[in-house]
Amino acid sequence: MAPAMSDVMTPDAAELARRSQGSGRAPLAIGSPGHDLFLGLARLGDNTLILGHRVSEWCGHAPILEEDIALANMALDLIGQTQLWLGLAGQVEGAGRDADALAFRRDAWDFCNLLLVERPNGDFGQTLMRQFLFDAWHQPMLAALEGSSDARIAEIAAKAGKEVAYHVERSADLVIRLGDGTEESHARMQAALNALWPYTGEMFLGDATDARLAEAGIMPAPESLRAPWDATVNAVLAEATLTRPVGTFAHRGGKQGRHTEHLGHLLATMQWLQRAYPDARW
Amino acid sequence: MQPALEQVWSWLGELPDPEIPVVSLTDLGIIRDVAWEGGTLVVTVTPTYSGCPAAGVISLDIERHLRARGIDDLRLERRLSPPWTTDWITPKAREALRVYGIAPPVGTAARASRMTGAAGPVACPRCGSEATEKVSQFGSTPCKAAWRCRDCLEPFDYFKCH
Repeated sequence: MAPAMSDVMTPDAAELARRSQGSGRAPLAIGSPGHDLFLGLARLGDNTLILGHRVSEWCGHAPILEEDIALANMALDLIGQTQLWLGLAGQVEGAGRDADALAFRRDAWDFCNLLLVERPNGDFGQTLMRQFLFDAWHQPMLAALEGSSDARIAEIAAKAGKEVAYHVERSADLVIRLGDGTEESHARMQAALNALWPYTGEMFLGDATDARLAEAGIMPAPESLRAPWDATVNAVLAEATLTRPVGTFAHRGGKQGRHTEHLGHLLATMQWLQRAYPDARW
Repeated sequence: MQPALEQVWSWLGELPDPEIPVVSLTDLGIIRDVAWEGGTLVVTVTPTYSGCPAAGVISLDIERHLRARGIDDLRLERRLSPPWTTDWITPKAREALRVYGIAPPVGTAARASRMTGAAGPVACPRCGSEATEKVSQFGSTPCKAAWRCRDCLEPFDYFKCH
């Protein structure tokens, strides 16, 4: 039984849903080191999965061929990284779920991606700005994870970091070109920045799980990524002649399983085949 | 009887990369180790890019090729660390890439530009001119960028530093 609508906005909606599902297996205890690690890995993998899927929605629709190819390539990188993160998450969980099971068999309240990455694509400017705001965070995140006390995490981060270096180079370059472009492109980039800004704060907000993972040297404290993100964002926005919004309000909840309505629609598209034909192979 | 490891390496050297068939898997540097563990042959492969669509085909090719040569007890292992780098592409393979029409990576991965955009100059693999320009950081596969020659006007792929 799914949670009632009124439950969905409560802080522990995900937990309510999980209990009502009665999966039959002994779950990792909330707050245990194993559960913290699983959650930390799932957050990383869900970010790359949901953004990778969003970006792949452009395939065949981008404004020019080169961008169509670039977007598809970045989506591939992100989905490839997802296989590594969710693969390790499933291994840590020890309940027999692999990366595919985690990607295709969980419902919205079990996803723990940032709200930023589930924002709809909008126009090309919005897609690009979302990518840049994420890349500017993703790069220092992976750099910090390269020093993780967990060697499995460090080696995935080293691999992914090389790919993401190209992502941030591209998105920063295009934000500058379009921000400092025509009146039309400038206006669209500024509008995209203003609309996405309230979704950036969540990247730097930690919860108890984050604190314990940071304490153990496994993952960086979210707030520690604020300074490198600010440095990249401020430099690129200045060159792009875009104005950094002053608001500090942050939408939050994605990391804890409380999502916007957009995630459910995305999952309906992404998961339909595995839902309709479980274990289908081809 | 177990084939010698040199023999196995030489068999693996016959396998072309599925996307760029002029280069072998061993020339690309993605086969990191071959070893016997008792009666089991363990081949350790490192992925080029996390999401490289050729990775599945590569594993399948290795398995099929070695089985056809009588190795039935076989295991493929993935190794992520150290991450694959274009520095491991052999000089022979770099020349093969150029002849095939793909500009080989310039310099070493450690020197590859990040925010500066100063990768190159990349010589045109067709006419050799260095009057070339980057069209897009991302090309027909994750490992390549799209470039263009301003002299012969041909577009070409550049195998980017990684």
